[in-house]
Amino acid sequence: MGRTLAEKVWDDHVVRRAEGEPDLLFIDLHLLHEVTSPQAFDGLRKAGRQVRRTDLTIATEDHNTPTLDIDKPIADPVSRTQLETLRKNCAEFGVRLHPLGDVEQGVVHVVGPQLGLTQPGTTVVCGDSHTSTHGAFGALAFGIGTSQVEHVLATQTLPLAPFKTMAITVDGELPEGVTAKDLILAIIARIGTGGGQGYVLEYRGPAIEKLSMEARMTICNMSIEAGARAGMIAPDRTTFDYLQGRDHAPQGQEWDAAVAYWETLRTDEDAVFDAEVHIDASSLAPFVTWGTNPGQGAPLSASVPDPASYEDASERHAAEKALEYMGLTAGQPLRDITVDTVFVGSCTNGRIEDLRSAAQILEGRKVADGVRMLIVPGSVRVSLEAVAEGLDKVFTAAGAEWRHAGCSMCLGMNPDQLAPGERSASTSNRNFEGRQGKGGRTHLVSPQVAAATAVLGHLASPADLTATAGQSDVATPAGV
Amino acid sequence: MEAFTTHTGRAVPLRRSNVDTDQIIPAHWLKKVTRDGFEDGLFEAWRKDPEFVLNQERYKGATVLVAGPDFGTGSSREHAVWALQNYGFKAVISSRFADIFRGNSLKNGLLTVVLPQETVDRLQQLLEADPTAEVTVDLVGRQVRAEGISAGFELDENARWRLLEGLDDISLTLREESSIVEYEANRPPFKPRTLDV
Ligand code: SF4
Repeated sequence: MGRTLAEKVWDDHVVRRAEGEPDLLFIDLHLLHEVTSPQAFDGLRKAGRQVRRTDLTIATEDHNTPTLDIDKPIADPVSRTQLETLRKNCAEFGVRLHPLGDVEQGVVHVVGPQLGLTQPGTTVVCGDSHTSTHGAFGALAFGIGTSQVEHVLATQTLPLAPFKTMAITVDGELPEGVTAKDLILAIIARIGTGGGQGYVLEYRGPAIEKLSMEARMTICNMSIEAGARAGMIAPDRTTFDYLQGRDHAPQGQEWDAAVAYWETLRTDEDAVFDAEVHIDASSLAPFVTWGTNPGQGAPLSASVPDPASYEDASERHAAEKALEYMGLTAGQPLRDITVDTVFVGSCTNGRIEDLRSAAQILEGRKVADGVRMLIVPGSVRVSLEAVAEGLDKVFTAAGAEWRHAGCSMCLGMNPDQLAPGERSASTSNRNFEGRQGKGGRTHLVSPQVAAATAVLGHLASPADLTATAGQSDVATPAGV
Repeated sequence: MEAFTTHTGRAVPLRRSNVDTDQIIPAHWLKKVTRDGFEDGLFEAWRKDPEFVLNQERYKGATVLVAGPDFGTGSSREHAVWALQNYGFKAVISSRFADIFRGNSLKNGLLTVVLPQETVDRLQQLLEADPTAEVTVDLVGRQVRAEGISAGFELDENARWRLLEGLDDISLTLREESSIVEYEANRPPFKPRTLDV
């Protein structure tokens, strides 16, 4: 019987297989950051162990890094300690590190792909759940806990329990103005935050094949929000074109050998998935969340749902609690929700295409009075690219704040946070209670919706802007 | 890692579903660089409410957490497990755990027990009626017992053996050194490297 993409990559990494035991898998790439690694290095030191493969390991600083005044000492002593600890550990164990201020610094899931380190058919791990991002290249990539980080540092392998496979086939074509972010939010709303549990998801079908690498990363990034072990997309021409010429991409004969291998990484015709989901892309619209988990979302044109409409008692209860926390009432149109803050960034939507699409909407427009808009590039490279294209000027002219690269307000470990009761439209991936600051309220959106929301001050799509502009065009002459 | 065979202790009912790891241990606690001292961060946001079950005098000293469905969703932070352990929990019972959380807990010797929701409900009712009730989590007999309740649970054999023996994963893997070396020797040369060689 044929095998799925995920099964092929898995099989190619089995170091040891024994009856009744988890397979021992080889790890091709281990990414580290300051938050989940200190206790792992501590464990190594205590046991007198080394990092087995420093040549397959790389670290960056992202979660705690400030996005302003990066040349000044970090004010928060705890953040500073974490960063200093990472620096000390990397020096001691010989691990390559891109610290704050370095040109390759940035969110770990943006850095790996842009260096060309994330490649098809590799196993990629990181002590971070959004490692699923790298699955966009046809890599088997997943988040691990700190004990596993230590395990990989010491052995370059992981014992792993088998997974199930789920095909998410997206047919049709995404309508104009509907993005990868809307698609993944709609998928999570459909299958639920626990729907992917135990599965590796494979996104496939014509709508997926059409997506750029960056859009594919947005999709795979949020697989974890459906509870999945990982998300994958089969590598194709788009993948190879993205990789070719990058710092760590293979070259010459090795490139040819790699591509020949990568081309075999497709799910066989006769392979059977454990579960299948079909989505019709053409039926989708811009999507936003109203609740406190990423599955609590709806099309922007809809209203806040009535908890009473949920049949399942625990879902109903969850919806009631979410509305209370979010300060929303059932039946309120989503478009009427006003925001204080708009955040564009994170490993979900902090890449150059995301910044371009936000800039395109902001060009010649202004951020609404009383709204603060933060633009935080996913990495220094993304930032430099944006500056070279003049996007930073567009943002600042519109009244948005152009910041230094990092995780920033995605989780509020640095000073970029929501105040209690403040509401944001955010291009990040989690709307959990307090995620962006204690008492903060988060609506997950695409970069396009974020930009339109910043201009109008309430949740909105770019189409709403032209509608408003059209009205005022007519209204102004009549008023004069 | 400490071995887990059987544990008997008082328990706390936590009637909430979808308790994610941000709620178990908020992000600002992740700045610590040690594995201990997380007990005060456990469920921090809720601990300010005197009515919250962990704040109730009658549940002080409990070592088993009886939680709602989908416990431990969200981020992969292992700190969530350490926080539960630092607080004194030896086992968590729920009808469904998030995968990464469950993996992390078993690695650290925190036993996560999956029971049918109906049994979890009965345990919670028992504990609400009688906070002094003791719950036994028996990994040898794969059974949870409390007054009037006895329920078997599943755990994969390998995870169970490691818990029972208190075996550390890394030393087990290092026994496979020759297989790792052999695998490394056969890796294709086009695989990425982070350092120039
Ligand atoms: S950007 Fe957000 S989700 Fe991504 S790694 Fe940073 S904190 Fe995690």
